[in-house]
Amino acid sequence: MINKPAQEELLKYYRIMVTIRNFEETVLENFVRGLFYGTTHTYLGQEANAVGVISQLRQDDIIFSNHRCHGHFLAYGGQPYPLFAELMGKASGVCGGRGGSQHLQWHNFYSNGVQGGIVPVATGMALAEKTKQSQVVTVVFLGDGTLGEGVIYESFNMAALWQAPILFVVENNQIAQTTPSQQALAGDILQRFQGFGIDGIALDTSDALEIVPTARKLLEQVRNTNQPKVLFITTCRFGPHSKGDDTRPPDEVAQFKQERDPIQILARRLPPSQCQEIEAEVNEWIRQAFETARLDPEADPTLLSAGMPRGLRI
Amino acid sequence: MTARWTVLESLNSSLMSAFASDERVIILGEDLLDPYGGAFKVTRGLSSAYPGRVWSSPISEAGIVGIAAGMAMRGLLPVVEIMFGDFLTLAADQIINHITKFAWMYSGNKTAREQVQVPLVIRTPMGGRRGYGPTHSQSLEKVFMGTPGLRVIAPTDLAIEEDFSAGGLLSRAILQDREPVLFVENKLLYLLPVQTREMLSEWQIDSILTMGSPAYPTYTLSLEGAPAGQLTLAAYGYMAELARQAQYILAYEYEIFSELVIPTQLSPFDIGPIADSVRRTGRLLSVEEGSLTLGWGAELLARILETVGIRLKAGRRLAALDLPIPAGGSLEQAVLPSVEQIVKNSLDLVQTG
Repeated sequence: MINKPAQEELLKYYRIMVTIRNFEETVLENFVRGLFYGTTHTYLGQEANAVGVISQLRQDDIIFSNHRCHGHFLAYGGQPYPLFAELMGKASGVCGGRGGSQHLQWHNFYSNGVQGGIVPVATGMALAEKTKQSQVVTVVFLGDGTLGEGVIYESFNMAALWQAPILFVVENNQIAQTTPSQQALAGDILQRFQGFGIDGIALDTSDALEIVPTARKLLEQVRNTNQPKVLFITTCRFGPHSKGDDTRPPDEVAQFKQERDPIQILARRLPPSQCQEIEAEVNEWIRQAFETARLDPEADPTLLSAGMPRGLRI
Repeated sequence: MTARWTVLESLNSSLMSAFASDERVIILGEDLLDPYGGAFKVTRGLSSAYPGRVWSSPISEAGIVGIAAGMAMRGLLPVVEIMFGDFLTLAADQIINHITKFAWMYSGNKTAREQVQVPLVIRTPMGGRRGYGPTHSQSLEKVFMGTPGLRVIAPTDLAIEEDFSAGGLLSRAILQDREPVLFVENKLLYLLPVQTREMLSEWQIDSILTMGSPAYPTYTLSLEGAPAGQLTLAAYGYMAELARQAQYILAYEYEIFSELVIPTQLSPFDIGPIADSVRRTGRLLSVEEGSLTLGWGAELLARILETVGIRLKAGRRLAALDLPIPAGGSLEQAVLPSVEQIVKNSLDLVQTG
C-alpha cells in the first residue's frame, strides 16, 4: 500500500501546478501583445501529469521532453524567469535565447521540438546510465500525436531488448494539433507497447494524486528491474495546440475546464485559505519573473559562434 | 607498420586500440558480431574481444543513431556503423534535427562545464563500382556536408604519418573529437594498401593541419622534381586515389603537371590549401564520386571564385552523372567518374582555359 501524501506534499504539488498555469496564461496573454518571439505550445490543463511524474524522480534522474515542455521544465525545478527570458530571446534565457520555447536544457532536463526523435536519444541516455551503473532513471514524455512516428517503435524495441531503465510517459490529450486521436490512431495504444514486452498502466485522470502513486510504482520498477515501462495518461488540453489554432468546439473545451481541471481537483482537498495564499505568492512571483525578463537585454548576435567549437565554424 | 597493410586492416586495428584504450568506447550497428564481423568486416574481432561493448542491433538506423547520441550525451564514446551510406537517409532526422543541434542550441547562458557535448562517430561505407545498384552505391555525403555542427571526415589510403592513416583519423574522431563526426569510408579504399611515405617516394607531399581541435590533415601532392603545376586537382576519399593515378598519367604521357589537393575534413571546409594551390596553377578541376549538381565541387568553385578571383583562369567539376547509379557494370562505369575522365578534363582545362 502506498501512503497518502502528507498535506505538505499536496501543497507543493498545488504550488507547482499553479506556477505552470500562471506561467502559461502569462505567455498566451503576452504573445498577442508582441512580448514574446516565435511560437509556444502551452501545457494548460495537463499540469497534473508533470507534477505527478516529476515529483517522484530522484535528483539525478533524466527528463527528455518535447515541444510542449514548459510544464515539465517548471515541475523539474526550472525557474520561470529564465524560461520567460528564453521565450523572449533574451541573453538571460535558459539557453541564452538560442532554443526558445521548444529547445531547453538545464541540468538533467532536455527538450527538442521534432516529434519522435527524442525517444531514441532518451533511450540511449538510459542505456548509458545503466552502463555506468548509476541507478539513474530516464523519463521521456510523448504526446498521442507522436505515436505516429516510426522511430519510437525502433526505440521501444531496443529499450526492451537491451533493458533500458526508462519510463515512457504518453500524455494523451486526445488531439494532435487539430487532428483528434481517433482519426490518427488505430488499435489499442497499450497493446503497441505490450507487443514489445513493455508493460505499463493507463490512467484517465487529471488528478495529480492518482498519477503520483502510479508514477512512483512504475519508476521503482524501472529502477529496480531495468525494464522499460509505460505510463499512459489520458488528459485534457485546455489551450490551443500553439497560440491560436484551436479548432475544437468551445463547449468541449469548456467542459474539460469544468470537469478536468487538475488545479481545482487538488484544491478540493486543501484548505481554501492556503490555496489562496499560494496563488497570491505565485502570481507575484510570476509577475516579477516576467517583468525582470522583459527588461533584460536581447541576446547578443556578436556572440553567435560561441559554443560552436573551433573547426566547426564554417 | 606492416607492409601491404590495407585500409580495412588499419580501420579495424584502430577500433581495437580505441576499445583497449578507453572503456567508454562502444559500437552499435547491424550484424557486427563475429564470426561475421560487419558487412565489410571493419569490426571483425571486436565482439570476441569486447563482448559487452559491441551492440549488434536490429535494422533500425534512426534508432541506433539516436541511441548512440543519447549515450554520447551521458558520457560514453559511441561509434555507430551504418552498413551502407545509402541508409544514412533513415537517420537524417537524428543527424540534422537532433545530434548536430544539441551542443549549440543548448549552449547559451551556460558555463563551459555545463555544456552538452555529443562525441559520436557515425562510420559508413559509401561509393559504387561494385555493382550494388541504385540504393547501395551512392556517395551521399553531400546531403550532410554543410550541416552546422557536423564534422564530415573522409579518410584516404594515404598515411603520410601513421596518425593520418584511415585508422589514425578514426582514432582521432573517436577518442579526441568531442563533436559529432560523420566518417565516410569509400568501399574501394578498404582493400587498398595503406600508402606510407616510403611507398610514395615519387611524390612531394605537403600536409597541412587546419581548423581546430582535433585537426584533420589536407595534403598537397605533386610529382617529385616536376616543373610548376599548370592545374590543381581537388579530390577526397577514393577519388583522391584515382586523381593520383591521373596525375601520374598526365605527367608521364602528356607532360602536364599538376598539384593534387586532398582534404580529409570535408565539412566544415577550409578552402585555404586549395586556394593556395590555385593561386600557383590558375586552374581547378574538382573530382567527386557523388552526383554533380549542388555537390562538393560547386561549393569548391564558388569559394575559389571568392578567394582567388580573376587568378582562376579556368575551373571545372567532374562528378557522377545526375542519375541513379545503375547495377550493370558497363552502365555503372558510365555514370561514375574515371581516371580517363580526370585525364581528359585536365587536358581540356589546360589546353582551353
